[in-house]
Order: sequence, then structure tokens, then C-alpha cells
Amino acid sequence: MTDYNFAYLDEQTKRMIRRAILKGLAIPGYQVPFASREMPMPYGWGTGGVQVSAATLTPEDVFKVIDQGADDTTNAVSIRKFFQATAGVDTTEETEEATVIQTRHRIPEAPLNEDQILVYQVPIPEPLRFLEPRETETRKMHSLEEYGLMHVKLYEDIARHGAIATAYAYPVKVEGRYVMDPSPIPKFDNPKMTMPAIQLFGAGREQRIYALPPYTKVVSLDFEDYPFEASKADHSCELCGADDSYLDEVIVDDQGGRIFVCSDTAYCAARQAAQSDAAAAQYEEISA
Amino acid sequence: MTLQNSSEEFFTEFSKNSAPRPLLRVTNIEKRYGQRIGCSSVNFDLYPGEVMGIVGESGSGKSTLLNCLAGHLAPDQGEVLFDTRGAGLVDTMTMAEPERRMLSRTDWAFVHQHARDGLRMSVSAGGNVGERLMAVGARHYGQIRDEAIDWLGRVEINETRIDDRPSAFSGGMQQRLQIARNLVTGPRLVFMDEPTGGLDVSVQARLLDLLRGLVRQMGLSAIIVTHDLAVVRLLADRLMVMKDGHVVETGLTDQVLDDPQHAYTQLLVSSVLQV
Amino acid sequence: MISIQNVEKSFTLHNQGAAVITVMSDANVEVTPGECVALAGASGAGKSTLMRMIYGNYLTQSGSIRVDGVDVVGANPRDVLDLRRTTLGYVSQFLRVVPRVPTLDVVAEPLMVLGEDEGAARDKAAALLARLNIPERLWSLSPTTFSGGEQQRVNIARGFVHPYRALLLDEPTASLDAQNRETVMCLIEEAKTRGAAIVGIFHDESARDRVCDRVLDVTSFLPKGDA
Repeated sequence: MTDYNFAYLDEQTKRMIRRAILKGLAIPGYQVPFASREMPMPYGWGTGGVQVSAATLTPEDVFKVIDQGADDTTNAVSIRKFFQATAGVDTTEETEEATVIQTRHRIPEAPLNEDQILVYQVPIPEPLRFLEPRETETRKMHSLEEYGLMHVKLYEDIARHGAIATAYAYPVKVEGRYVMDPSPIPKFDNPKMTMPAIQLFGAGREQRIYALPPYTKVVSLDFEDYPFEASKADHSCELCGADDSYLDEVIVDDQGGRIFVCSDTAYCAARQAAQSDAAAAQYEEISA
Repeated sequence: MTLQNSSEEFFTEFSKNSAPRPLLRVTNIEKRYGQRIGCSSVNFDLYPGEVMGIVGESGSGKSTLLNCLAGHLAPDQGEVLFDTRGAGLVDTMTMAEPERRMLSRTDWAFVHQHARDGLRMSVSAGGNVGERLMAVGARHYGQIRDEAIDWLGRVEINETRIDDRPSAFSGGMQQRLQIARNLVTGPRLVFMDEPTGGLDVSVQARLLDLLRGLVRQMGLSAIIVTHDLAVVRLLADRLMVMKDGHVVETGLTDQVLDDPQHAYTQLLVSSVLQV
Repeated sequence: MISIQNVEKSFTLHNQGAAVITVMSDANVEVTPGECVALAGASGAGKSTLMRMIYGNYLTQSGSIRVDGVDVVGANPRDVLDLRRTTLGYVSQFLRVVPRVPTLDVVAEPLMVLGEDEGAARDKAAALLARLNIPERLWSLSPTTFSGGEQQRVNIARGFVHPYRALLLDEPTASLDAQNRETVMCLIEEAKTRGAAIVGIFHDESARDRVCDRVLDVTSFLPKGDA
């Protein structure tokens, strides 16, 4: 532990990042440029999220990392280990226990509270990039609130697919002002973004940080005649039976057999544990 | 007595002009590129419904002037006053940028010579036409699409092509799509930079006819930069001839072409091959 | 209605040593409503030039040309255009139209620019084309492909579709057969009856004698010494 400065980054860098975070919180949805550092992992593996987490963590924090909802994937495990080694903080897989949660592509199923911070890893922070490649122009569009182009993207979706086919990174408008990319979370998670916890977004390669203070109004863009719908696979979890959680489709054999399971492993595990406890209790009741 | 006379004259003069206020008033525009003059001392008024042509050879400053007028280039001197809906004549050079950008996607339109400069090539024809509507707040897909279909029809593009990308269109169709995309918000002033340049002669004729009809039906004012005298004869009411950054002659289009006064205009007109 | 006073016209040929050629001086003409004046004189005497000056197509160096009170000399283009739209019609010998536009629309256009309903404008154009014996099957075609006589009649229809109060006619009966010539004569007489002031060039003497109230020899306007 003494081999590293707390949470890996030097104090000056953390200060710079905290300033960017505070500015981001003061202007919800606005992309604040920051001097992203080289991290001991490749771009695309969450360098932005790691830097934001490093600047946010205190020794008392309990840290959780999920990747696509799962605590046990390579990326989640290595980032968790990274902070165990460099910050010595406690880690957990349980959403309710964590104070700082770094995530890639999901919002946990369990509701978050005011004492928690959710840190998103963001690949491309600019929601207008799809249609306007010039950074100078997109910045101007943000500053002048020229967001017609965003609806052109949704228009194209409907024209091509008969419905808004954008299923993840679905653009939102924050507090009636900035249009923001919620990172590649499924649109199923969009309605959860108005929440008690603080949400921070870090894009390492693109050198941008943005943020949502608690209870910020986040509205998914749509058309009057094609309203936004938070959708998920029309199944229930094969393992825990949940019909209200976001599901991953898993191919289980060479015949194309498939099952649907919760993408949030902690949520699924907790439900399964509760079910087996209940079953055990029932069994005890019967045997008693 | 003298005073009374002149004021009477003034009122006769005034009442004769049913639209006393120009849509665009350009005074003393100058743009330099270092020592070189882009354009200089340009003055004119453009009234609602008027179409003005600007002709001259390559490098005469006509495109520089057009870009200054449309706000794409900042002139070093002069004013470009536009009759805004809210506040009357306002200098578009000193106008706040949000207002100017709003103007350029509502009351103004710009038709580029190369359609690909004025279209989003990765967006369908319908999306291209609908963009300006969405930019001013349209949020009903069905209505946007109906409007797009209507406009494709007006520029003679079959509505079955609405979901095709412009890259699948011919040059003439792309140009017509660009025009539809620009006119969908009912602008009052259209800037056109060689709108028929690079098109086949037969396609040009179709486009000219289309533009004439739209100008008449919508009461558009337009400024058309071209080197094609046949185009201005058919489209423009008035003509401005430029050479080396200066305006050498102005007047009614047919008068300038049939009875040119300036040496350069005479040369220009006599150089056109007759068919 | 048309009042020409002390008018002078010269051409400066910059590309031929800036030669200045004065072609007309001290021209004076008055045409009252309902009157038809024929311009006469040898070829090159300035008949067409004077007509073009009245229409504002040629620039006049000095003097005044008033049409319905508007001095075409020195008027700004907007006022001349307005005059041409509402008051002053011109039947030239040449047909200049956008290729591909149907004949019916070519003839109806003067009405459409005045804001007349497209259907009504086309009805009036159709009636006039029928009267001038342009077969109906040609109405939807562009007149650019027509014969000289047909083009001439399309031009005439364009010039008579709106009741202009001043009319300039450049050889309106040239290349027409007897029947169509008669129709044009009637159109001119009707225009006079409703009070139009007309200036025309007629090489066809019997036509001239029938519709014109007087003949004006423009040779008298040639600069002194040139005549």
C-alpha cells in the first residue's frame, strides 16, 4: 500500500479531476474537458471511470465494480483488484453495501440512495458525434441548444426500422438543457437516471467528464407519436425468475438453445439466496 | 413652396412603392484577403420577391460576396441589414450568433453548388428534408414525414425514394433534394451559389423551371451567383456584374444583357456562344 | 399613356475603340389611351430600338419616357419590373422561355405573377390559345419545339392574356396565315376598345392601315446629319 499514493493518482491530478467533477455537477449534462492521464490499462477498458473513481474514493469507501451488470467479469475483477491494491478500500459485490460503484453499460437493479456515487465508464461522450464529426461544431450546437440533429437520428431509426431502434446509449435531455449520452447503458435503464445518488461519467480517451447531481431530471428524447419505451427481453430470469430486471441472452448448447438471465449478477444472486433461504425455512417448518 | 413640393414628391414616391422596406440592404461591403481585394464597395437593396443575379468570371469576387452576405465570411467593412420578423432591419454582422444561426435555418436558405456540401449524405432524403423542421421544434414523426413527402413531390422526387440516402441519387436529384431541404421552413431569402453548375443541360432546364415556380409561389427573394448568363436571364429580375472585386454594372437583367454599358459586360455578353 | 420627350440614344462600343454611335436624338412621341401608333422607317432606322427603350430593355441616355406616369428613364429596376407586370406588355419576335415548361403555363405566367389563381389563369390562357388556333394537343408541350408561326402566336397569347394598358407589338402578324392574322387584328382592336395605348411595328401595310391611327416615321429621330 505504501508503494502507491492513495488511489494511484497523485494529489494534483485528483484535484484537477475533482474540479472537473464539481464543474460537471454544477452544469448537469455539460461535458467538462479534463487532462486525462495514462492509466495502467488500455483505452476502452475504463480509464475514464477509473480516474473519476480514484478522485472520488476516500479510505472509508466501500467499492463495487460491475461490467454489463456483472461483478465477476475480467474487467470488473481487475479494476476492483486495482483499487484494492492502490487504495486499500473495502470492496463488495452487493449494491446496497457499496458507497462508490463503477459501472460499464448498466445501472444496478437495486435502487441507489443519497449516500452512493455511481461512476460510469464512457467510450464516446458526444451524443451528436454520429451526425456531426466536427468537435467545434458540436460544441457550438450544445452552447446554442441546437439539438434538431438528435431527432434526425431518431427519425432515421423510425424510417428504417419502423420504431426507434436505438437500444442503448439512448440520448437524454438533462434538466431541459443539455443533451447527453448516458453511456452505452440499455435504454431499459434510462428511466432510473433520475435518482438519489450522484452520477459521474468519465471518458478517458476523449478526455471528458460530465455529471448528474441527485434527483436531476433526465428525459429520454422521442417523438409525440413514437414515445420513448424502456424495453427488455420479454422473458423472466432462468435462475431467479425475476420478470422486472434487465436480461442477458445466453446460448447454452450447440443446438441454439438459449436462456435469459439477469445481467445484474448481484441482484440475481440475492434473489436466489432469498429463495433458497425461504425454501430452507419452509423445509424446517415442515420438518419441525 | 419648394418645401411643400418636395414633400409631396416624397409622399408620391413613398406611396408608389407598396413595399417601402427592403428585405436586405447591403452597404459598402468590403472583404480583403491580405492585400488582395475579395470584393469592395458593394451596395444594393433587395426587395421582397426580387431575384438578383450576380455574374462575373472566376475570381471576380462573386462567391466571396455571397459568403459575406450569408454570414459565412466576416466582411472587413460594411453592413448587411436584414428585415427580421421581430425587429425590422438588423445588421446581421453584429447580431448575436444564436440569432444569426436561427436566421440561417429559418428565414434564410443557402443552396450550394455541390449538393453534397448542402446535404447530409448519411441521412435519408426524408431526414434531410425534415432536419430544418426538427431544428425549429417539430416533434411529431408523422407530420414531419408528411411534410417531407410533400416537399419531395414539389421538387419532383418520387416519394418511394424518401428512405434512400442522397448518395443513391443522380446529381440533378441531389440538387433538387437540397432545394427541398432548404425551402421546407418557408425561408424568405435564398442564397444560391451556381445552383445549376455541373448539371446536364436538360437537367438544368428542369431545375430552372422548378426554381422559377417556387420563387413565384412562395414569393421568395433570392440572390443567385452564376457565370451562366442564360441562367440569370431566365431566373433573375436584376443583375449585378462583377469584375476584380468591384461591381461594374447593375440593372434590369434583360437591359444589362441586351444593352450592356460597361466594357467588361459588353465583352462578357459578346463572348457567349449562340446556339 | 405613353409619353416620350427629347429622348436620345447612343451605343458605346468599348470593344471597338470605344466608338460612340448616336442612333436617336430629340425623339418625341405621345400615345393616348385607345390609340395605336405604327413606327415606320427603313430597316436600321431605330424602330425596334425605340420599342426596347420604352420597355426599359435598352438604356436611354437622356430625355424621359413616361408610361402611366412612371419615367422608365432612370427608374429603379423594381419600378420597371412592376410596370411590366401590371401595365406594359410586349410582344417581341423572339420567344424566350425556360425549356420544358408547357405552353399553357408559358401563356398563363403573366397572370400567375400577378397572383391570379393558377386554375383561372390556365383557363384564360387556354381560351386564348384556342382562339389563336394552337391545337390543344400542343398545350402541354414546350413551345421551344414549335414552328416559327406557332411560337409567334404563343408570344401573342402571352402579350394579350393580361389586359395591359400599354402594349408594344413587334411585327405581331409576321409569319401568320390569313385566319390567324385576322384573329390578331381583332385582339388589337379589342385592346384599343378597352383603352390600351399601343405602339407597334407593322411591315404588313394592310394590317397597319386597319388598326393604326397614325404612322410615325422614326427616320425623323435620326441624329441630324445622319439622315
